[in-house]
Amino acid sequence: MTKAFNWLVPALLALPVAIGLVGVVLPAFGYLPALGGAEFSLDAFRRLLAMPGLSTSVFLSLAGGLVTTAISTLGVALFLAAFHGTAAERFARRALAPLLAVPHAAAAFGLAFLIAPSGMLARLVAAPLGIARPPDLLIVGDPLGLAMMAGLIAKEMPFLLLVAFAALPQADPVRRMRLAASLGYGRMAAFLLTVWPGVYRQIRLPVLAVAAYASGVVDVALILGPSLPAPLAVRIVGWMNDADLSLRFVASAGALLQLGVTAAVLLAFVLGERLAGALRRRQTVTGNRMPRDGCARLFAMLPVGLAAGAVFLGLVALALWSFAGFWGFPDLLPRQLGLATWMRSLPAAAGPLATTFVVAIVSAGAALLLVVWLLESRRKAVRATVGRPARLPPAVAGLVYLPLIVPQIAFLFGLQVAIISLGLTPSLLLLSAVHLVFVAPYVALALADPWFALDPRYEQIAASLGHGTAATLVRVRLPILTRAVLTALAIGFATSVGQYLPTLLIGAGRLPTITTEAVALAAGGNRRVIGAYALLQTLLPLLAFTLSGGLPRLLSGGRAGMKRP
Amino acid sequence: MNRLAPIGAAARPATMRSTPGKAEAGATPAGLVLDGVEIRLEGRSLLALDRTVLPGETLTVMGPSGSGKSTLFAFLAGFLDPAFTARGRVLLDGRDLTGLSPQARRVGLMFQDALLFPHMSVGGNLLFAVPGRVKGRKLRHAAVEAMLSDVGLDGFFARDPATLSGGQAARVALARTLIAEPRALLLDEPFSPLDQALRAATRDLVFDRIEARNIPAILVTHDPADAKAARGAIVEIGGAQAELQATPAAAAAGSRAAR
Amino acid sequence: MVRFRSVAMAVMSCLALAGAGRPAEAAGSAGAAAQGWDAVLAEARGETVYFDAWGGSQNINDYIAWVGSEVSDRFDITLKHVKLDDTASAVATVLAEKAAGKGENGSIDLIWINGENFASMQENGLLAEGFATALPNWRYVDTRNPTVTVDFTLPTRGQESPWGGAKLVFFSDTARSGPVDAMPKNADELLAWAKAHPGRFSYPAPPDFIGSSFLKQVLIEKVADPAVLQRPVDDANFAAVTQPLWDWLDAIRPVLWRSGRDHPQNYPAMKQLLADGELDIIFAFNPAEASSAIAAGELPDTVRSFTFPGGTLGNTHFVAIPYNSSAKAAAQVVADFLISPEAQLRKEDPRYWGDPTVLAMDRLPPADRDAFAEIDRGVATLPPSKLGPVLAEPHPSWMTRIEEEWKRRYGG
Repeated sequence: MTKAFNWLVPALLALPVAIGLVGVVLPAFGYLPALGGAEFSLDAFRRLLAMPGLSTSVFLSLAGGLVTTAISTLGVALFLAAFHGTAAERFARRALAPLLAVPHAAAAFGLAFLIAPSGMLARLVAAPLGIARPPDLLIVGDPLGLAMMAGLIAKEMPFLLLVAFAALPQADPVRRMRLAASLGYGRMAAFLLTVWPGVYRQIRLPVLAVAAYASGVVDVALILGPSLPAPLAVRIVGWMNDADLSLRFVASAGALLQLGVTAAVLLAFVLGERLAGALRRRQTVTGNRMPRDGCARLFAMLPVGLAAGAVFLGLVALALWSFAGFWGFPDLLPRQLGLATWMRSLPAAAGPLATTFVVAIVSAGAALLLVVWLLESRRKAVRATVGRPARLPPAVAGLVYLPLIVPQIAFLFGLQVAIISLGLTPSLLLLSAVHLVFVAPYVALALADPWFALDPRYEQIAASLGHGTAATLVRVRLPILTRAVLTALAIGFATSVGQYLPTLLIGAGRLPTITTEAVALAAGGNRRVIGAYALLQTLLPLLAFTLSGGLPRLLSGGRAGMKRP
Repeated sequence: MNRLAPIGAAARPATMRSTPGKAEAGATPAGLVLDGVEIRLEGRSLLALDRTVLPGETLTVMGPSGSGKSTLFAFLAGFLDPAFTARGRVLLDGRDLTGLSPQARRVGLMFQDALLFPHMSVGGNLLFAVPGRVKGRKLRHAAVEAMLSDVGLDGFFARDPATLSGGQAARVALARTLIAEPRALLLDEPFSPLDQALRAATRDLVFDRIEARNIPAILVTHDPADAKAARGAIVEIGGAQAELQATPAAAAAGSRAAR
Repeated sequence: MVRFRSVAMAVMSCLALAGAGRPAEAAGSAGAAAQGWDAVLAEARGETVYFDAWGGSQNINDYIAWVGSEVSDRFDITLKHVKLDDTASAVATVLAEKAAGKGENGSIDLIWINGENFASMQENGLLAEGFATALPNWRYVDTRNPTVTVDFTLPTRGQESPWGGAKLVFFSDTARSGPVDAMPKNADELLAWAKAHPGRFSYPAPPDFIGSSFLKQVLIEKVADPAVLQRPVDDANFAAVTQPLWDWLDAIRPVLWRSGRDHPQNYPAMKQLLADGELDIIFAFNPAEASSAIAAGELPDTVRSFTFPGGTLGNTHFVAIPYNSSAKAAAQVVADFLISPEAQLRKEDPRYWGDPTVLAMDRLPPADRDAFAEIDRGVATLPPSKLGPVLAEPHPSWMTRIEEEWKRRYGG
């Protein structure tokens, strides 16, 4: 029974992906009766390969996935190496919540407002020099996708920093660094050689999820990425949405290609890991202690500092735009400020905000229940003794985390057809169920380590005092893990809020959320409206992250032992 | 006939002082009876034990880490990892514990760490342990206050466990265990984190309470001073001081391991 | 002028061939229709209409919200605006439903549509049977405008009901670029202007609707015989017919914004680039667009409109009902309300939207006609009399081929 359930939850989460993939494989090989495709053929692939600029698109997706992930990971490693245990790290912990709360699209718009030829940075230069026209420079949408990668890095680095913070205590940083320091190693060398490998082993899955995400991203690529040609995922969406319905076959073939591209990115990244590991071992053997790393520490601040600065300043620019009247180049501030945009946006946004909130709460709550059930049954199956924490078996973990690794674009259309075939009409419940597929892996990701790491003797004591399994879970385990549980909930909540494609396709547009509204309005290109909606989009996750940070203290009545388990 | 045979143990003559005597058939003696207990892992015998601990008495099990102390502890408390198989029976005041859930055993646990629930106050930790049959907020609070007073912690009800000293935390942990009215105690090196002076005081407190309550206890430790303070029988397992006859299988395993 | 007339003739002949006489039919059966309409109204009560319409403009969203409150008060119909970022995704939804065999209770009841998307839905049988000419307010529609019944050369067969007009107009900021009188007056002058002002002109990359339309404008101007564009594209003549277009595009490419290595995503992006001073000439399909943008603070108040005296592309946008709609009656009532003089008047008012009407002034009651005449169209809007002649849309197959060729030449 329990054993069956062990597989039920992961299967439930992976099933939509499998169904969706079938719904893409069939048309990719020519089978889609509604469009007259009744025979299997390779035509779609032939047409796909003949698409102009396809190789460039594939290259952009590959490069985007690899560069984004490598720089984000490296940035996190350098930052922690230079600042672990310092005030800078404590500041970063506190500043993390707002950074995580900003949805990808909003962060991308913010970055565009900063770096575009008519953006804030250009204005800072142009205003004093009296330059009246923005330079004709291809900065946003550059052919190499640098702006797109920058946008992705700015969002992914805070996420990886969050998981790294969670993983740090298990790597025993204080003692290892003291030991390395006593051997004469500089701070950064000590961290990178003794602590980081332990941290990285734990955050490897999130890192790979970032690689998969970055290789198949749509919204950020649309806003910041090149258009001639665009990265593969953007082109697939274009083909899916083309008025020429026969392009559906090409889109399906493209989705399979995207699957291959993502797999290639993951493979390349795993090879890169090996290489980095070998380099580190070689470094260790040399005995070079790099005791003076003051300069390097300043440099190590750059990636995280720039990313955080870009997201924050972008948010400020968005906020300014939402209050602006006409705001021409090179004015640093709008000539008039007003509430007009907000007066028009807020009434229209109230409904979508409510939908967003309900779906996010339901899906994050359900995900938490499922994940707790999954982790508990796993923990029961392997009674963990102290010092040997349990883990999800690789097969189960693979199923649970599948939606993180398979690009959404590769299976959502197939899933949409399947859901319609079942005669399901869009409802809040259905939408929450589909969000659950994407929310649950993140909740599992956030909760698994602390869940398994909790000293099992707490529950043994509770049991010996006569308390049953349920009471022990509710009165001992969950309260002790309040912080981890609430963080997992907040991450799940934010994940649900940020879902665009699933909401659009499964909600059939009937259940607008703040994110679908924001993207629809973004099509209108009005920076004021984009600014207002981006802030609204940020609002709910920010609330969730703030509460998850503040609630444990309230709930525990300020008990010191609850601050950092 | 008392037998305890850890893996790697060589056959040795009995050196321990103990209260001999296996429960006689038909009788239902008070105390904790380990009746032909043997724990095996993957077909190999880890340890075997056959012994009675009388009410008010403490049996000390000594041995270095890895000698199987924790496994015995988990078996008695009801948390044995399914990877192990166990034979024999454990009787507590005539009740067979072997098939019972940990909740139903009424065996109190004290670990090396106090493991006070960090999300509850000191009083909350104790309230959590007061038996369900004590009804009413007032009565339950009174029971907690009385127990805190008994371990010398008057006025500690509202304290945050994180602010306690090591000795205070150990005393709260003892109070929490005792207030549940256990029929036996299992102690897993509960004194080892404490410094010498505190350790002696805490030890005395614990063993006084065991005697006062007249319940059997098993103490797992590697500190001879603990064993001495327990004032009861000592079983040493593992290492150079491993005692008692090994089962033939264990002896064979041990000699294999020695090569 | 001559060119325009020949195009219009071609359109009219298409209309005659493919189908019409329909307005006459509708008028002839007015009595029967009225009876039928009461039944439609009765059936529509209490129904919910999911209206899939581009949601990128707050003005338009607010207008649709107003329509929603009106049809709720008058006909007890609940109108839900499903805001799209791309109309094609609604086509995709209906398609997905057809793929899944969902022949009724589809999720969309009304789509804002025209051109290629309409052609695609019509061709794949995704539309309900013709209803437009039977709507009571059809009697006010300007059926002399060929684009009302022929959408990109395809007869609508009443499967979509007109909603608004569109005409290609250009905007520039007089404060930066000088008076609009000095602005280019045709595609060739535009090329010359761009060479004199490198980096100050661009067009959205096809398949963006406005971008594709601009290519059609240039093609119609440069092609030897525009009549050929009214027939489906033919592999044999495609290269020859479109060669002048590619020559023109090749010539302008080096002097485009970002040297043609990037293009604005769509019209709103161009509007922002005009506001920022990156582009000097932009174009839109709604003559009142500049005025509403000024009112919204999106463009400086020195922006003015101009058009090509030889004519610019014009078309009509429509609403259509998918074949599997569950609220066809209510969808028809909404479509009818959209072409009522009252709704059309509000729509043409730039304070609300500024979208040109599809009604014929001489068919309206005098009071309504006066109301239309009194609309304040704003400083940046050309009056209807100065919008110039309408060039008819080519057959949609041309656009498909041109988009493919454009991507092949400039998209990699």
